[in-house]
Amino acid sequence: MTTTTMPKTDQVTTPSTAQTPLPDADTLRKWLRDMMLIREFEVRSMQAYQNKLAGGFLHVYNGQEAVAVGCIGALRPDDPVITAYRDHGHALARGMDPKVGMAELFGRIGGCAKGKGGSMHFFDAEHHMYGGHGIVGAQAPLGAGLAFATKYRDEVMGSSKNNHVTLCFMGDGAINQGAVHEAMNLAAVLSLPVIFIVENNFYAMGTAIDRSTAAAGHICDRAAGYEMESAVVDGMDVLEVYRGMKPLVDYCRETSKPVFVDMRCYRFKGHSMSDPRKYRTHDEEAKWELEDPIERLAAHLQGAGGVTAEDTKAMAKTVRQEIRAAVDWAKQSPEPPIEELYHDVYVDRWGPYTGTSVPSFMQRRSSDREQTNDA
Amino acid sequence: MTREIHFRDALREAMSDEMRRDERVFLIGEEVAEYDGAYKVSKGMLEEFGPRRIIDTPISETGFAGLGIGAAMMGLRPIVEFMSWSFSLVCADQILNNAPKMLYMSGGQFGCPIVFRGNDGAGGQLGSTHSWCVESLYANVPGMKIIIPSNPYDAKGLLTSAIQADDPVFCLESERMLSMAGDVPEESYTIPIGKAHIVRPGTDCTIVSFGRAVHFCMEAVETLAKEGIDCEVIDGRSIKPLDIDTIVASVRKTNRCVVVDQSWSFASVGSEVAAEVHRMCFDDLDNHVYRVHSDDVPAPYAWNLEQEMLPNAHKICQAVRGVTYTA
Repeated sequence: MTTTTMPKTDQVTTPSTAQTPLPDADTLRKWLRDMMLIREFEVRSMQAYQNKLAGGFLHVYNGQEAVAVGCIGALRPDDPVITAYRDHGHALARGMDPKVGMAELFGRIGGCAKGKGGSMHFFDAEHHMYGGHGIVGAQAPLGAGLAFATKYRDEVMGSSKNNHVTLCFMGDGAINQGAVHEAMNLAAVLSLPVIFIVENNFYAMGTAIDRSTAAAGHICDRAAGYEMESAVVDGMDVLEVYRGMKPLVDYCRETSKPVFVDMRCYRFKGHSMSDPRKYRTHDEEAKWELEDPIERLAAHLQGAGGVTAEDTKAMAKTVRQEIRAAVDWAKQSPEPPIEELYHDVYVDRWGPYTGTSVPSFMQRRSSDREQTNDA
Repeated sequence: MTREIHFRDALREAMSDEMRRDERVFLIGEEVAEYDGAYKVSKGMLEEFGPRRIIDTPISETGFAGLGIGAAMMGLRPIVEFMSWSFSLVCADQILNNAPKMLYMSGGQFGCPIVFRGNDGAGGQLGSTHSWCVESLYANVPGMKIIIPSNPYDAKGLLTSAIQADDPVFCLESERMLSMAGDVPEESYTIPIGKAHIVRPGTDCTIVSFGRAVHFCMEAVETLAKEGIDCEVIDGRSIKPLDIDTIVASVRKTNRCVVVDQSWSFASVGSEVAAEVHRMCFDDLDNHVYRVHSDDVPAPYAWNLEQEMLPNAHKICQAVRGVTYTA
C-alpha cells in the first residue's frame, strides 16, 4: 500500500472571519439538526443499499455535512444550488423532504425525480436545487449558466433586481476537468455571480490529490489565473464554513463576480459503496474522525450554553424517527408505472421514437401516440 | 410579402423575430456579436439587441454550450451557435448528456428549451476534422429534436419553430448553402418540426433526403426524367422526429425507395429510414431500399476526392436506376 502524505497546503485563511457575526441560536440548532439529518439519511441509505432496496451507485456524504449546511446557510432560500453526484447532503440542506430523497434511492414513483434520476441526480425545483450531476465537472458550466440566467433576468427581462448568487459545488477530482476551467473562465469573462466550491476531501475516488493535481496544496492559484477571488475554508466546522462563505456570498451578490473556494473536508466513507479505502490509512481516517462536524457544533452549542447533552440526544432521536419514517414512506411508495418510462423524454407530446428495434408494444405510429397522449 | 433573400438572412430573421417577440431568447457563441458572425448569420444583431443578448464567447464549446443549458434550465431560451457542428464534438457531454436528458433525469422538473445551430457537413475542402455530418451520430440519442433545412424558406420556418420549442433542438445548416437565395415571406411563420415536404411529385421511385443533399437529388431527377424515370423527392426537413408516415405513403405509391443521407452509412439516418421502409412497406416494395451516403472514409482535402466522397447526382442516378431495374 502506498502511504499518501497530505501535500503541504495553503493555510486556511478565511477572510473577514472575525467580522462575520454568527446567526442566532435557533439557526445554529437548526444547522445541527440538518447535519444530523443528513448523517442519518446516509446511514440509512447505506443500510438500504446493502439490503438491495437501493441500486446503482451510492456516494454518501458522511463527514462533509458542514459544507452543504454552512454554505447553503449563507444563501437566500431562492438562490440556485447545483452539485455533483455526492448530492444527498446538498438536497437535504436545501430543504428537500427526506422522504422523496429516500424514495428516489429506492427507485419509486414518490422520488424527487419519480425514480428516474437515482442517487446521483437529486433535483428539487421548489427548493432551487438544480441537481445532482453524474459526470465529473459537467455541472460547472451549468452552474455558470444558472448564474447567467439570474443576471439576465435582472438586467434584460426587467424583473426586480434579485441579485441571486449561484453555488456550484464539485469535488477536488473535478478541478482537472476542462469543463471546470471553461466555466471558471466564462464566469470571469462574463462577470457571473457564481461561487465554485471545491469540496476538497483530498481524494478523487481513490487517487490522492497530490497524485492527480499539480500544485495540489494550492488549488486557489487556479482561481488567481482567472483573476477570481478565492479562499481556503475549514469545511469540518460549520461555523467556519458560514463565516468563510457569508462575506464571499455578499461580495458575489454585490459585485456579480465569481468566487472560488477550496473547502477542506474529509469523507468518512469510501468513494462509493464498493470502495475498500485501501488507498488511505486507518490512522489518517481516525485523525479526521476527531474533526466530526456534528460533534464540533454540538460541543460548541453545549459550551456556549443553551443546549445540553440531553437536548442533543433528543434531537438525534427525533432525526432518527424522521428518517425511519422516510424509509417506511419510501418503501410504501410504488414502483414507477411502466408508462413513466416514456414520460419526460420530451415536453412536447411527441414521445420516444417508435422504430423497429423496440418492443412491439411500443411500435405505434406517431399518430397513434398523439391520440394516446391526448386521452 | 415575399421576397428573395439568402439562407443566412432567413436564419437571422428567424432569430431576430423571436428575440423581438420573446425577451427570454438570446444568442451566444464564438464571433456572433462584434464580428457579426463567422458566417455573417448574426450580422447586425449586436447593434439591434445589444451585448447582453448577443454574446461573444471564448473558443470554449463545453463552457458556452453548458452555460446555455444551465440558462435553459432556469427558463431562458438560448440559441447557441457552433461555428461548425464539427466543433460540437468537444462538448459532446454537454449537448448529449445534459441537454437532452435533463427533463428525464429530473423527473420532468427541469426542461431544456435550447437551440444549438451551426454548419454541418462538408464546407468545401476543409478536411477531415471540419467536415463532420453529425446527424447520424446525434440522432441516436433520445430527448432532442433535429432539423435540417435545405432552403431559405424552410430555414426561417423551421428555426422559428425550434426557438419556440420546449425541447432541445439541433439545427443543422450548411456553409455551402448560406448564400443560396430563395423566396421567403417577410412576416414570421413556423414550419412544424417532424413534417416532411414533397419537393417534387413522381410515380416511379421515392427519393428521401435531408438538408443539402436534397439539391443533389433535384439535380439527379432532371437527368433521370430524361431517361423516363419519374422520381418523387421528399425533403425530410426534420430527422428527429422522422416523418416516416409521409415517406411510407410515397413508397406505397412508387414501390421503390432510395435514401440519400450525407453522413456515413453505418448505423445512420439512411439505415434507419431503410429499416422503417422495409418494415412498413414490406409487401409494397419492388426492390430493397437503396442508400446513397458519403463514402466510409475520412473527408479528404483534395477537391476531386471530396466530391467523389460525398453523395452526388451521379451516385443518386446510379441508385435510382438500380432500384428501378433500369441500370
